[in-house]
Amino acid sequence: MSDSRSLYEKMILDHYKNPRNYGKIQAADKIVEAVNPLCGDTFTLYIMFNDDRINALQFTGSGCAISKASASLMTELLTGKSRHEANKIADAFQEMLRTEPDAPIAEEELGMLAAFAGVREFPIRIKCATLAWRALIRCFDDEKEGGDVAATD
Amino acid sequence: MGQPHYTGDHIRKDFPILDTRIHDKPLIYLDNAATTQKPQCVIDAVTRYYTTQNANIHRGIHTLSEAATAKYEAVRQRVGAFIGADANYTVVFVRGATEAINLAAHGFARAWIKANDEILITGMEHHANIVPWQLLCEATDATLRVVPLNETGELNMDEFDRLLNERTKLVALTHASNVLGTVNPVQDICAKARAQGAVSLIDGAQSAPHTPINVAAMDADFFVFSGHKMYGPTGIGVLCGRTEWLERMPPYQGGGGAIHSVTFEKTTFAEPPRKFEAGTPHIAGVLGLGAAIDYVSGIGIDAIAAHERELLLYATDALADIEGVTLIGAARKKVGILSFTMDGIHPHDIAQLLDSHGIAIRAGHHCAQPLMQFYGIHATARASFALYNTQEEIESLANALRAVREVFA
Repeated sequence: MSDSRSLYEKMILDHYKNPRNYGKIQAADKIVEAVNPLCGDTFTLYIMFNDDRINALQFTGSGCAISKASASLMTELLTGKSRHEANKIADAFQEMLRTEPDAPIAEEELGMLAAFAGVREFPIRIKCATLAWRALIRCFDDEKEGGDVAATD
Repeated sequence: MGQPHYTGDHIRKDFPILDTRIHDKPLIYLDNAATTQKPQCVIDAVTRYYTTQNANIHRGIHTLSEAATAKYEAVRQRVGAFIGADANYTVVFVRGATEAINLAAHGFARAWIKANDEILITGMEHHANIVPWQLLCEATDATLRVVPLNETGELNMDEFDRLLNERTKLVALTHASNVLGTVNPVQDICAKARAQGAVSLIDGAQSAPHTPINVAAMDADFFVFSGHKMYGPTGIGVLCGRTEWLERMPPYQGGGGAIHSVTFEKTTFAEPPRKFEAGTPHIAGVLGLGAAIDYVSGIGIDAIAAHERELLLYATDALADIEGVTLIGAARKKVGILSFTMDGIHPHDIAQLLDSHGIAIRAGHHCAQPLMQFYGIHATARASFALYNTQEEIESLANALRAVREVFA
């Protein structure tokens, strides 16, 4: 296992210290809780849809650098995307995190998410990196089933 | 720099794991409240049992079985002596402090607690000393009451006096907080509980390895602790209880060893402690615990307590000096546990970055979520000390914390 400092890329620290799209959306179509009971990290996602497209995506809450930066970057990357496109990006991100630490990554496809490649060295932190993403995708899935949108793990 | 009076390299040499390197740096192990490292004599005791002494106890009429039984029972005596249990007490071997509390709660639910009775715990309990009592209350319709803390992390004793009443059947609290390090006035509390007709249970998981224990002087009805937090193996712990109570309590589990006689119509149970030790126990664990107690006694628990107190004071000063660090818990009497937060840096990130310096600490809620809620935080970082830690290691911790700040600057 390598040095943890490889985990804290500049981009990740920047998003942690200056989270993008941080704050409530009063008129949100969906409000989703993302909770990791193991560490107490808790985020709330606020989503506005325009038909199938994510028109606005914001978040509030607290967590570690990895979980907060990942939530922040997610709001940037997925705003304006269709549910299908958002799912594809989330899948690619989670797929990359499941690969071996030294496996090559599809940098072009992942874009800024490639900064999280270092998380693969620290399996316990993968849940941090994917916390907000899993809550959002579960919300899409639950919409299809007409179920509850609250999500924890 | 004041080296601990009793120690020096020979103490550290007793713990082979301390030679380990993490990320090519010497391991600095400051997660002792989670579990301590094991001296070679404990490792040897476990290995010796499996290598040359292995046999079941209390059963065989053969040499190895008789020898194993004698060794196992001898540890029971040594445990009792180590924690000052007199003839009124019985030592029961369990898996750890958690199982000990569950055993007591189970026995009390059946033997003693009725609807509208009250169980009194405190706001600084580990989940292990909350959840079993909640389950008991659900099963019996009893009520759980909680003694609040002061901001310093000490119990509010005025509130304790107010909450203790004629309905209180049991007072259960930790001797030393696993988050704050606070040492509670258990002798005073046990006396007050007794005067009110309530039974007392003291969770010694964080005190037994670090401070002298005298259960009889404390006058606790029950005292529990875990072997692995005091240099012994995992999977072995102790419930030390007043024999009169253990006799009244029903068995926790049924099975071999715990019985006097069995027919399909009726089983009669053995006397304590065997009533509570159904099945083949963790014999190797008991022998390892015996070796750990001998090791601690050989150094002297007073000397260990003095050394760890020095480390705590040194660390408290060193960390208080670092910009952005907030220490959580400022009780007057503490064991060597130091919880802290850093402005703008999540405890998990602190722990992760310290790991890159070879430093092992704990980060999280420490199985004490109600206590986190009291302080309005989700988690803390926690450094906890043991007899082999040094002031140099604490300096390394302080320097590494400054480096953590740099990363997030």
